Order: sequence, then structure tokens, then C-alpha cells
Amino acid sequence: MRSLFAVVMLSGVFSLLSALLFVTLDAVDVAFTEAAVGAGISTVLILGTLALTSRYERPSKRSNTIPLLVTFVTGAALFYGTLDMPNLGDPNAPAQTHVAPGYLLQSPHEIDVPNVVTAVLASYRGYDTLGETAVVFTAAVGVLLLLSGLSRRRRRKPKGDT
Amino acid sequence: MRHHLILRVITKLLVGPIMLFALYVQFHGDYSPGGGFQAGVIMAVAFIIYGVVFSLDHVQRVLPPWLAHKLSALGVLIYAGTGVYSLLTGYAYLDYAALSPDHPVHGQHYGILLVELGVGVTVTGVMVTIYYAFTSRTPIMSDEAW
Repeated sequence: MRSLFAVVMLSGVFSLLSALLFVTLDAVDVAFTEAAVGAGISTVLILGTLALTSRYERPSKRSNTIPLLVTFVTGAALFYGTLDMPNLGDPNAPAQTHVAPGYLLQSPHEIDVPNVVTAVLASYRGYDTLGETAVVFTAAVGVLLLLSGLSRRRRRKPKGDT
Repeated sequence: MRHHLILRVITKLLVGPIMLFALYVQFHGDYSPGGGFQAGVIMAVAFIIYGVVFSLDHVQRVLPPWLAHKLSALGVLIYAGTGVYSLLTGYAYLDYAALSPDHPVHGQHYGILLVELGVGVTVTGVMVTIYYAFTSRTPIMSDEAW
């Protein structure tokens, strides 16, 4: 498949499907984010990038055997990793026994917010969320420094030489 | 997208409800799935869909780039400012009990609301900023080019 437009659309569809996967896992907040960011905004941004660059992939001259081998080995390793995973909804899984019971038991008294995810995110893990917000802000600063119109305006002044 | 009549009409109908839904996700995040990040993304999507279907000039008349830049910084300031306020009133950094010393649980509610507002404002500003940065570099392509 050389048409990058189709690849972008397929990755958007994949994002939407993984959002459904998160719904199955009862992670509705994550599914929400995946649907909005993965299927929505990233698709639009990649389309914007396609408009900047090229719409067709250049055929590679090297052989495909080594990439294929790497893909298969990585896939096999990932499948091997799932063998040790606890079953879906297993109450004895490490994720259910570590700090989660504490949050679930304490948050009605300490925070009194029905959505425990919000309580954990904004209150128990407030520092982390502050850090994440700073990271998002840094991303914007980085994109602005690299792609913004600020440098373009300077370049446009002497008309004629590009 | 001058001749896409259906897209233009549907977009005009949808932008308002999308923003309303973003505000719902933002301020109802304590009770239902969602929160600042999701709300910020949905709010940004409202601007982005307007920009995609109409044009960058149209959407930049509503939300100029300088405002989007300021918004992304303002959200971080709201978040960090909440922490500084609790420091100044003698509590630990980001201890929301400082917002309502008589009733710490209410303080948690106010704190979460403020902090999520900060996250939402930042994410809206950042997403719109990145969209502007990407799309303002090229002339809009004709529909046939795809």
C-alpha cells in the first residue's frame, strides 16, 4: 500500500477500535481520550503533515526480509508475554491488589467524588497531573519553535530570495 | 471546501453542541467519565473542525493564534497557582484542603474543579496551537489533489 492517505485512515480506524477495546476493559476515561486524540486530532495532524510532504510512499530498494523477521520476533515476544498475564477481571491481579483497594475505600470519605479516576488523577496524584500538563505545554512550545510563523515572518521580509 | 454544502451545514450545526459537550465533560468530570484532558481535546476539536471545513482564516478570526498561545500557558498557571495558593495559606503544595479550611472535603471539590479547568484550558490551547502550526505552513489544497 503506497497511498499514505489510506494508511492514515487505517490508523484512525485502528485508534477507534482500540477505544472500543478500552471500553471492554472498563477504562472509559482512556477510551474517551483515545477516540478524541487518536482517531480525531492525530488524524487531522497527520493529514496536515501529508499536505506538507508527499502523499505517496517512495518504494524502498532494500529487501524486506530483515524488517519482516524483526516484526515476527517482536510479535512472538509480545504473545509470549501475554501467557503470564492474569485473566480479564481477575480480582487477584497485581493491578487490583496494590493501591487500588485503598483508593476505592478511602476516596468516598476523603474526597467524596463519585468518579474515582478523577479523584486519583487530580488529588492523590496531583503532582503527576501537574507534570503532565507541563509536558503538554512543552509540546506546544516545541512545535511553535520548530514550525511557527515567527521565523517565517522574518524570512518573508526580503521578498524574492527564498 | 467551498462546494461541500452538506459538510458546511452539518459543521455549523455541530460546532455548538461539540463545545457544549466539552463543557459538560469538563465540569461533570467528577461524576462521569471525562475530565480536563478529554474536555480540552473536545473543545479543540470544535475549533479544528471549523478550520478544516471553512478555512484557517475563519477559525483564526474566532480564536487568534496569540490567544491560543496565551491559553496554553494560562492553564498551567491556573494549576500551579492553585498549589501556590495552598502553600501561601500554610498547607502542603496542592493540598486542596486550603481552599475550604472549615470543610476539607469541599476543598477537595473546589481544588479538583480548578485543577481540571487548568488542564482543560492548557490542552485546548496546545491542540489548537499545534493545529495552527501545521496547517498555516501550506496553502489549502484543492479537493481534487487528494
